[in-house]
Amino acid sequence: MTASIATNQTILVVGGGISGMTAALEAAECGKQVILVEKTPVLGGRTARLYRYFPKMCHPTCGLEINLRRIKQNRNIRLMTMTEVVSATGSRGNYSVTLKVAPRFVNENCTACGKCAEAVSAEVANPWNYGLDKMKAAYLPHNMAHPQRYVIDPSIVGTPEGEKAKAACPVGAVDLEMKEETVTLQVGVLVWATGWRPYDAAKIQPYGYGRFKNVITSLEFERLADPHGPTGGKILRPSDGKEAKNVAFIQCAGSRDENHLRHCSRICCMASLKQTQYVREAFGDEGKSTVYYIDIRAIDRFEDFYQNVQKDATVSFVKSKVARIAENAENGNPILHGVNTEGYQRYAVEHDLVVLAVGMEPEITGVKLPDDVILDSSNFIEGSKDQGMFGAGAAASPLDVNRAVQSATAASLRAIQVIRKTASTEAV
Amino acid sequence: MTTANQAAIERYRNNFLKEVEANVEEGHMVKMCMQCGVCAGSCPLGPHWTHSPQKIFMMIRAGKRDEVLGSDSMFMCTSCYNCMVRCPRQLPITHIMHGLANYAHRLGLAPKGQPTRDFATLFWNNLSKKGRVNELMLTLQHYFRNGLVAGIKEAMAMQGIGLGMFKAKRINPMEIFGGHGVKDLKGFHAIIAKAKEIEDRKKGFTA
Ligand SMILES: Cc1cc2nc3c(=O)[nH]c(=O)nc-3n(C[C@H](O)[C@H](O)[C@H](O)COP(=O)(O)OP(=O)(O)OC[C@H]3O[C@@H](n4cnc5c(N)ncnc54)[C@H](O)[C@@H]3O)c2cc1C
Ligand code: SF4
Ligand code: SF4
Ligand code: SF4
Ligand code: SF4
Repeated sequence: MTASIATNQTILVVGGGISGMTAALEAAECGKQVILVEKTPVLGGRTARLYRYFPKMCHPTCGLEINLRRIKQNRNIRLMTMTEVVSATGSRGNYSVTLKVAPRFVNENCTACGKCAEAVSAEVANPWNYGLDKMKAAYLPHNMAHPQRYVIDPSIVGTPEGEKAKAACPVGAVDLEMKEETVTLQVGVLVWATGWRPYDAAKIQPYGYGRFKNVITSLEFERLADPHGPTGGKILRPSDGKEAKNVAFIQCAGSRDENHLRHCSRICCMASLKQTQYVREAFGDEGKSTVYYIDIRAIDRFEDFYQNVQKDATVSFVKSKVARIAENAENGNPILHGVNTEGYQRYAVEHDLVVLAVGMEPEITGVKLPDDVILDSSNFIEGSKDQGMFGAGAAASPLDVNRAVQSATAASLRAIQVIRKTASTEAV
Repeated sequence: MTTANQAAIERYRNNFLKEVEANVEEGHMVKMCMQCGVCAGSCPLGPHWTHSPQKIFMMIRAGKRDEVLGSDSMFMCTSCYNCMVRCPRQLPITHIMHGLANYAHRLGLAPKGQPTRDFATLFWNNLSKKGRVNELMLTLQHYFRNGLVAGIKEAMAMQGIGLGMFKAKRINPMEIFGGHGVKDLKGFHAIIAKAKEIEDRKKGFTA
C-alpha cells in the first residue's frame, strides 16, 4: 500500500527515542510536516529504561514528560508506532521508504483500563527490563507509555488467552484480526535517530557473561536499581537474590577493543560513575563499588562529577583492564583476575556482582540504506553525500542524552533547510 | 673491533624504541600498546617471571635497554597466544616477545644459564647437524647439562617415561651412534647457511 499522507516536503524521522522526539518536535514546531516512526509500541527509546540520569541524577521521566506533552499538542507530527523502517531508496528531496507495521491487536478505542491484562494469565519476557522478569501477554509497556494504548503479544493471538483478552475489553478495542502491513512512503528528507544497542556481552568470552549468573550488563543494573524494575529497586544479585553490596564495574567491556568495538562508547565511564551512587544510595557506607578502568573518560564538562565520586570513600578505582573472570563455585561470587597497572601487582578479587559497562553500537546495522549514505568505521551515520539524510543522536555517534538532543536539533535544522530548498525549486 | 651491540648503542643512542622498531620482528607495533594490563593478567606464566609483556613494552618506551635485552621473560614465553587473542590493540605480542629474544641473543645480551634458552640452543644445534632431531642425544645432553651426578639423578627420576618412549619406539637406542639424518645432508647445510646469510643481511648483522 502507498500512503498519500506524505509528500517530498515531509520530514521522516526514524526512531522515537529522545533524539527522534527532539528532531521531530523542532521541525514540527517550525511548521514542517513530520512523520515520526518508532519500532516499539512506545516513545522514549533507551532513555526511558534508565533509573536516573547523569549529570543531575534526575529521573528520565521528567525530561520525557515535557517532550511527550509537546508531541501530543502538535498537529504537524504524525506518529507511527510498532513501525520499523526496513529500507530506503532515492535521493535528496525524493526518498521512497519501506515501512513494516506490526500488528498491535488493539485499536484506537483503547482507554488503557487494563481489563485485558487482568483477564489473561500468559506471560512473556519483559523487554523493558531487558528480559530480567516477565510481564502479562496483554500489556502497557510502562507507566509513561505514549501512546497510552495496550498491546497484545502475538504469542497469544489465536489461543484461548487471546480470546479472554478480547472478551474482557469493555470497548471492543481488541482486534485479533490485525495483520502485519508493509507501507511505502515518499518523503523529502530522512533523519535517522535510530539510536544504539548494547554490544553483545556474551562475545567477550573471558568475562563469562551468560555463563556466570552474577555477571550482568550496565543496562540490567539500571533496571535493578529502578523501583519499576524486576526487583522493585533493590540491588539483588541474580544467582541467589542476595543483596549485592560489593559491586565491581568493568569499563570498556567491548569498547576500545579491536576484537569488538573499535570506538570509545563515551558514555560508559559516566554511566558507571553514576551507578556507584546507586550502590551508595542502596547501602550507604556498607556498600562498596570498585571501578576497573583503562582510563576514566568523564566526557566534556563532567570532570567534577568524577572528582565527587573519587571523594566517596565507598568507591575505589583500579587502573587495570580485567583479564578474565572466574566463579567461586561455593558462593557464586565472580573472581576478577588481572594486573594493576599502577604497581603491576597481580590480583584475584571476589565481588558479589560484576557490572559490565558495555559499549554502544548503532542500532541501524542490518537496515538497507541508500548507497550514498556515509557511515564511519563503526557504522555510525554521518549522513548522505547529497545532504538529504542526516544522523541524529546516538545513531550518529555514541552520545549522552544532552549531546544527543543537541545533535538532533542540528539535524532537524538541516532537514528544514532541505525542505525549504525543495519547495523553492518546485515553485519555479 | 666494535661488536654488534656497541654498534647498535652508537646508532640508536637514547632511543631504544626506535632500535626495537628497526630490528625486532613486529617491533613497530610496540608503540600501539595502551598499557591496559590484559596481557599481563592473561599470561599463564605471569607469576613466574620478572617482566610481563605489558612491562616489557613500557620499559622499551622508557629506554630501559639493558633491562629489556637482559630479561629472562622473552625466553619463558610458551607461545600459548593467550595474550595475543585478548589484546584490545591487537599487538602481535607473542611474535614481539620472540623477536626480542632473538635480538637479545644475537647481540650476546641474553641471560646466561637461562634454562629454556639453553634448551632451545641445544635443540637447534642438535637439529641443524643432520636435519633430524636425535632425540636420544638431545635428552642425554639435556640431562647432563649440569654435570654427571646431576644428570644421573635426573635420568633416574625420568626412567619410567624413558622406558615408555623406548617401547613406543619414540626413542631409538641406536641413535647413540650418530642417528639418522636427511638424504641430502650437503644440500640441507647449504640451505641453512643461505637462510642465515639472508637473515643476517636483513637484520644488518654482517658477522
Ligand atoms: C548503561 C547506560 C547508562 C546511561 N546513562 C545515561 C545517563 O545517565 N545520562 C545520559 O545523558 N545518557 C545516558 N546514557 C546514554 C543514553 O542512553 C543515550 O544518550 C540515549 O539513549 C540516546 O538517545 P537516542 O534517541 O539517540 O537513541 P535511543 O534511545 O536508542 O532511541 C532510538 C529509538 O529508535 C528506535 N528504532 C531503532 N531502529 C529503528 C528502525 N529501523 N525503525 C524505527 N525505529 C527504530 C528504537 O526503538 C528507539 O526507540 C546511558 C547509556 C548506557 C549504556
Ligand atoms: S484493550 Fe480494552 S481492556 Fe485492554 S486496556 Fe484497552 S480498553 Fe482496556
Ligand atoms: S567511556 Fe570509558 S568505559 Fe566507555 S569506552 Fe570510553 S573509556 Fe571505555
Ligand atoms: S594487552 Fe595489548 S594493549 Fe594491553 S598492555 Fe598488553 S600489549 Fe598493551
Ligand atoms: S604467548 Fe607467551 S607472553 Fe603471551 S600469554 Fe602465552 S606465555 Fe605469556
